[in-house]
Amino acid sequence: MTARVINPPRRSLARRAMAASSVVGRMDGVLLVAVAALSVIGTLLVWSSTRTWAPGSTGLVKKHVLNLAIGAVLTGLATMVNHRRLRAYAPLVYAVTFVGLILVITPLGSTVNGAHSWIMLGGGFAFQPSELAKLGLALMLAMLMAQPAKGGERPRGLDVGVSLAVAALTMGMVMLQPDLGTTMVLGVITAAAMIIAGVRKRWVLGLALLVVAGAVGVWFLDVLEPYQIARFTAFLNPASDPRGVGYNSTQSLIAIGSGGLFGKGLFRGGQTTGRFVPEQHTDFVFTVAGEEFGFLGSVTVVALLAVILLRGMRIARRCDDRFGAMTAGVIVCWLAFQSFVNVGMTIGIMPITGLPLPFVSYGGTATFANMIAIGLLQAIHIRQRPF
Amino acid sequence: MIRVRGRLVVIQVLVMSLMALLAVRLWQVQVVRYAEFTQAATETRTRDVVVPAVRGQILDAAGRPLVRNRTRLVVSVDRTSLNRMAGNGRTVLQRLAAVLNRSPERLRERIRACGPGVTRPCWPGSPYQPIPIDDEVTTREALQILERQEEFPGVTAEVQAVRQYPHGSAAAQALGYLQPITQEELEKREGFKASFSGVDLVGRDGLEAIYDAELRGVPGIRRVQVDRLGKVIGVERQVAPIPGDTLITSIDAKVQAVTEKALAEAMKSAPRADGAAGVVLDVRTGRVLALASAPTYDPKVWTGGISEAEYQRLLSEKSGKPLVSRAIKGQFAPGSTFKISSVSAMLRDGYPLHGQYDCPGSFMVGSRAFSNFHGIGMGTMNLHTALVKSCDTIFYRAAYEQWLRDGGLRPKGSTKQPMAAMARAFGFGRPTGVDLPGESAGRIPDRDWKKQIWEATKEVNCRRAKTGYPEVARTDQSRAAFLKQLAYENCLEGYLLRPGDAANFSIGQGDVLVTPLQLAAAYAALVGDGRLRSPRLGWALVRPDGTMVKEIKVPVVGRLPISVRERDYIRAALSDVPSDGTAAGAFTGFPMNRVRIGGKTGTAEVYGKADTSWFASFAPAGNPRFVVVVMVSQGGMGAETAAPAARKIYEGIYGISPKGGQVPAALPAGRPASEPPVIERDGTVAR
Repeated sequence: MTARVINPPRRSLARRAMAASSVVGRMDGVLLVAVAALSVIGTLLVWSSTRTWAPGSTGLVKKHVLNLAIGAVLTGLATMVNHRRLRAYAPLVYAVTFVGLILVITPLGSTVNGAHSWIMLGGGFAFQPSELAKLGLALMLAMLMAQPAKGGERPRGLDVGVSLAVAALTMGMVMLQPDLGTTMVLGVITAAAMIIAGVRKRWVLGLALLVVAGAVGVWFLDVLEPYQIARFTAFLNPASDPRGVGYNSTQSLIAIGSGGLFGKGLFRGGQTTGRFVPEQHTDFVFTVAGEEFGFLGSVTVVALLAVILLRGMRIARRCDDRFGAMTAGVIVCWLAFQSFVNVGMTIGIMPITGLPLPFVSYGGTATFANMIAIGLLQAIHIRQRPF
Repeated sequence: MIRVRGRLVVIQVLVMSLMALLAVRLWQVQVVRYAEFTQAATETRTRDVVVPAVRGQILDAAGRPLVRNRTRLVVSVDRTSLNRMAGNGRTVLQRLAAVLNRSPERLRERIRACGPGVTRPCWPGSPYQPIPIDDEVTTREALQILERQEEFPGVTAEVQAVRQYPHGSAAAQALGYLQPITQEELEKREGFKASFSGVDLVGRDGLEAIYDAELRGVPGIRRVQVDRLGKVIGVERQVAPIPGDTLITSIDAKVQAVTEKALAEAMKSAPRADGAAGVVLDVRTGRVLALASAPTYDPKVWTGGISEAEYQRLLSEKSGKPLVSRAIKGQFAPGSTFKISSVSAMLRDGYPLHGQYDCPGSFMVGSRAFSNFHGIGMGTMNLHTALVKSCDTIFYRAAYEQWLRDGGLRPKGSTKQPMAAMARAFGFGRPTGVDLPGESAGRIPDRDWKKQIWEATKEVNCRRAKTGYPEVARTDQSRAAFLKQLAYENCLEGYLLRPGDAANFSIGQGDVLVTPLQLAAAYAALVGDGRLRSPRLGWALVRPDGTMVKEIKVPVVGRLPISVRERDYIRAALSDVPSDGTAAGAFTGFPMNRVRIGGKTGTAEVYGKADTSWFASFAPAGNPRFVVVVMVSQGGMGAETAAPAARKIYEGIYGISPKGGQVPAALPAGRPASEPPVIERDGTVAR
């Protein structure tokens, strides 16, 4: 005998999730598998790099798995969101994430590794609002740019102005922490949104000039601390100061380079075991892949990232509404930039900035943000109308 | 939407290019530059720790250890890891100082590098070696450090072997000492270029230096894995060290002790004596039974880092420079002991062996009278008596005659210089080649030497001949005038061998210089088989388990150019010296019927100092086994200081009491060991 299901007027969250299971089949399977594969690899790498913290421990692997589980739920929830409706709520999402950024500068915020970007939740859990701010800004800009205020396809000056104001506000808050890496990601999100929306070239050029001018200004006006500049430029010549700012760069190159073609095997990386690379479970997690899994392993990681980005792009291209396409496109640009900078800094072609590797690095908030982003991509994917 | 898609395609291409760029760079880093980074990884991740081999012992001819090893706990500090820490590891040193109960400043002094302007204590070795800062720690202190390694990064406590000298100062200069290896030496050494070792010591002098490679053995290597903080987290591979060979010497500890005691007493008996040397050779083999130098010191001071005060004391004139082995480095005019060479030169030059020679009180060499000792004439005598009574004028005459035959002041064509040639045949004027470092060559003042010295000094002499010595004139007018005249003569004809030079040379005075060991080797050749040998202290090298590695041979380096008959004649003459000749006083009451001693006294004048006292001797006179040479610098007459010391050495060797009675002998039956001692598998000595 089967229980009769009575549809109440408002379905509970659980029931909507049940219903969503029917959409699992329509999700982008390749994207799902790639994210899952990266998560598994990431778990191994976090395990390898943190198990040495104490004899016989598993390090942070349990917490990482918990983060991933929560992330998977978030992906599912986000998939169920109809992005067309989400557009209306974008300002709300943005506002919520912005409140997070404000909380950081209140006494609730804490400083970790020189960046005042954390809110301690107790019980060993911490929250990093700037990670969610990426998501909030992406949605907000997609909303602002997708439907120009005065109609038509191309955003006008007003749209661009409002967008820039919103972006500047977020970036300003993150700069206060200071978190150079996240600010750069936010900048890329803004640039991507404008380019995809197709603002006039003079705007793009003007903004590019502004960025250059800003960089020059920052350089000459001593806005940045000397250590920030040193850290930023050390990658160009790590040998100049191998014990100081060049240390991270040198050590991560050594770890990755010594991995060779096939790697030294999981838990067998001497550089990892000796903890020569700092922050090896978060920002420098890729060095573990490089050393223990070799070129084949690290290229697999890069390939999986590429698959995710490609699928994301495919979703963006196939989407038939501007908001959906823009959201997907901006998310891809965000993840692409962050992946490139993260991997690039470990192999000496990008400056050292504190950015985690999406889906691989340890870190709750970042994992959640990335997983929600994937959920949004899936949401857009399953709701695209056939051509 | 078409336009949006178009822009998305552009972005996609860009994104994929970036990913491709990463892949290419990864290929470059991980595959192309793999070797480079692997090496860098090994360098950062591992440390090669040299496990020093236990250094071989040095044994005497009876297998008694002269130098052996003892273990102790040593605490070392790795300066490289300290420098990597904040404040150059100040806090670690402070903690360490507290555990070891020392002041942190003392520890810091101990680990700073030696160099210009840095006084001892300082570290003379490689900066990459752990520096031993305390070599007498207790087990409890060592455990405090080892159990809390995280509080003492870069600090280790290990059991190490250190040198021990059971006979104290015995043969100190001959044995030599060890010092930490310097960075240059480390780099020169094959293999362990980046080695870390707190006990990588090298022999700096004496046998320790000459046989350094054999004694050192082959150090093992332990490649340890370290983490970012330098903490050892595992051992990658290990190669066990091969212990060094044991060096068996021909030194007899008892004879050595007797010799040193005799020297010390001789120094005391002569008020102005400032140094002494004693050599005992085995005539038949050319091996060294004792090689002593006074004043001496206890080589223990080197163990575990020498203090500045101690080091300066060892180098100072005031303490008599005890580091210097006067037996091989001391160069002195030999006095009459040199007449064995001169008389041989006369015989070689055709003077009859059994001829009669006039021994006037003085002899005119050119325009200058050269006198016998005390100016006493002794009438006509044969060469035997000339040697026993030490007549000088016979040698003056012969030297002058030979000088004239060579062409006098300005010889035409080649010269024979028989005295100088014979001196060379006796081994003078060049190092004996003994297995000890830093040996002096001595000097034979022949015509060539005069020329060389003139070339080297003429500039100064010629200037002084003009300017004089105003600084001397202020205090001593006549001396200044004399010096100016001397400078003038030297400038003008300093290259000429004057007749007086030749005469002085013939009796071992003037510019001739010999080392005590040279003299001993010469006497051994004369009273032995006529072959000149390069003396050896090392006898055999054996593994710790007793396996013979090699026996060290005594090379024959020359043959005396005189006949057996002539040698026997000279030996017979010298055999009468202690009974009837110049050394009779020193040997009063010595039981010559039991052991007959032969020898020659020497009293060499040194300008501005007391005479050098010599006694070169051998025993038993009829069939010599031993040559004993004693030299006391500023010791006065040879018969009064050196000869009594030599007598004491013989008394010790043969077991004769000062009154002529029997006491335990250093070498029973008066025979040195003929074979090196046999070492058993367990390292004990079987005789």
